[in-house]
Amino acid sequence: MIIDINFIGLIIASIMASAVPLILASCGELITERSGVLNLGVEGMMIIGAISGFALMTVTGSLIIAIFGAMLAGVLISTIFAFLTQTLITNHVATGLALTIFGIGISAMIGKNFVGIPGKEFPVFFEGLKDTIPLLGPILFGHSIVFYFAFALPFITSYFLKKTKIGLIVRAVGDSPESASNQGINVRLVRYACILYGGAMSGLAGAYLSMIYTPQWIENMTGGRGWIALALVVFSTWNPIKILIGAMIFGGLTIIQFHMQAIGVRIPVQFLTALPYIVTIIVLVVISRDSRKIRLSTPSSLGKSFHKDN
Amino acid sequence: MIKIVKRDQPSRAIFFFTPVLAIFLTLVAGGLIFFILGFKPFEALKFFFIVPIADKYGFSELLLKATPLCLIAIGLSFCFKSNNWNIGAEGQLTFGAIVSGGVALLFYEQEGFYILPIVILAGAIGGMLYASIPAILKTYFNTNEILVSLMLVYVSKLILDYLVVGPWSNPEGFNFPETRQFSDSAKLPLLFEGLRIHAGIFLALAAVVISWFVFYKTYLGFQMKVSGFSLKTAKYAGYKGKKMIILVFLISGACAGLAGVGEITGPIGQLHREISPDYGFTAIIVAFLGRLHPVGIIFASLVVAITYLGAETAQIFMQIPKYTGQVFQGMILFFLLASDYLLFFKIKFIGSKK
Repeated sequence: MIIDINFIGLIIASIMASAVPLILASCGELITERSGVLNLGVEGMMIIGAISGFALMTVTGSLIIAIFGAMLAGVLISTIFAFLTQTLITNHVATGLALTIFGIGISAMIGKNFVGIPGKEFPVFFEGLKDTIPLLGPILFGHSIVFYFAFALPFITSYFLKKTKIGLIVRAVGDSPESASNQGINVRLVRYACILYGGAMSGLAGAYLSMIYTPQWIENMTGGRGWIALALVVFSTWNPIKILIGAMIFGGLTIIQFHMQAIGVRIPVQFLTALPYIVTIIVLVVISRDSRKIRLSTPSSLGKSFHKDN
Repeated sequence: MIKIVKRDQPSRAIFFFTPVLAIFLTLVAGGLIFFILGFKPFEALKFFFIVPIADKYGFSELLLKATPLCLIAIGLSFCFKSNNWNIGAEGQLTFGAIVSGGVALLFYEQEGFYILPIVILAGAIGGMLYASIPAILKTYFNTNEILVSLMLVYVSKLILDYLVVGPWSNPEGFNFPETRQFSDSAKLPLLFEGLRIHAGIFLALAAVVISWFVFYKTYLGFQMKVSGFSLKTAKYAGYKGKKMIILVFLISGACAGLAGVGEITGPIGQLHREISPDYGFTAIIVAFLGRLHPVGIIFASLVVAITYLGAETAQIFMQIPKYTGQVFQGMILFFLLASDYLLFFKIKFIGSKK
């Protein structure tokens, strides 16, 4: 049997494409969590981003407005979360859940008029170079700007956290808000910024889904990706580079499922669809079993409210 | 000038007042949303909250929807009180329904007084089994229960989907994704002629009474309260934390499973693809709105049930999208959490001094 090497390249490229929204949302949430805030609203922010991007693209016709609009929508919706958890000191878990329920409702409400409208073609780069290099051609070339950004993001995030002053501040706030505050750092401001940034990345992840990956609006189209993104942050033990690995595994599961169906493997389709969720659980178990490692890598103040003086 | 002062102690009066405030604020914000969407706010709110329950049938529908919400929320309050974040009740409901539906199908075309209790028990066991997964993983593998219980929701719905289109689908059903009708002995009896409200409501009421007793009259209730307040204190007092985690998950799984039984053996009488309009998620809001108090949860389940009915009515009469219900549910929780600020802080108005 001859396996076409370019076919393998195409499969890897499609795995990468399905990993993009996970990388974006996870890297955003990672920054939020590094500052000590647990935002469980990723699914809600993502779906808001998806409908905002698609709606803006349809209404304005501008892809740039749509992409940035989706990020802005993510920022706006996460502002609710930031205000509640930081200013009104509410419980992170409950607030995040409310955000997801609210987000799914609002997106379906807005999206009612956009069901069944075809999407637009999103420009890709270096399309012509695809066939120049075997295997690597389809992997490296012919993708959207968001795709390239997503694969650069874990490295940017890692650099930001390790090498920049602001990154250090974010980590300090997450690990010890009290001492950061004593050093004169405005803990609340840093956390606000990190939450809003997480919102922007989730919004972008959603826009990628509705504008580039499957260019259309379908209700609930994020289908749990927001939750998988949250699981990926735990998987990565809060290390952005490992998010890349995790996202590729989950992207792989999604893609393999399609190919198994296509070649007629006699496994019920529902079991294949359930695979990413089941694997998420297994991976979480394996990672969390080492409680010492988890304790050392989890931001110490994760999910705990901080209120100065009083 | 406005000054915010921290209270010495959380105010008890405000503890029970904020849910009311939250509902009021939700109505105001909801009216605003309707106005933005181009509807007359008061008319829309009337269609949303009053018209659906204005007659006998509507009231029965309200109780029908409030029953699973109340049942699940009671179960969840065991978890939330003791700091266990079970957010996968929807999955436990689905799995409970699968197990009890499977048992009901075993008794296809058989009659007998013993069938219904077995079917109900099977649902509770199914829910417990499914809830035991996040509980065991949390206690023995230190795994985050939020993510595990949530992932299992998706899995349970896919199992249900597989069964109703595959092995369990009705052989005479023209390939509709549904099972055979259960025999009458496997169905919860309807309470009134022509109304859909069924005996499942007694399960919910029983759960309310039992949970009240456990919370306020038993040592277990006290332990849960202490663990919820401070895990360190609980450890210091020597409570067996692992046992309790598993126990509260089993209780909430059983409640969710029973809610699943009610959904399939009540008016529908068969398994099909969509047995629950996200009751398991909405019940989280009900539990909080009811302040994790059994009586509070009764009221909260009625209030939140209206958002389901209202969404349907508003869709029919005013073409308001039905998802507005979810928007209202999210807003209730937002406002409730926000107004909890008043529990811990006082807002003082002070005349400006020079």
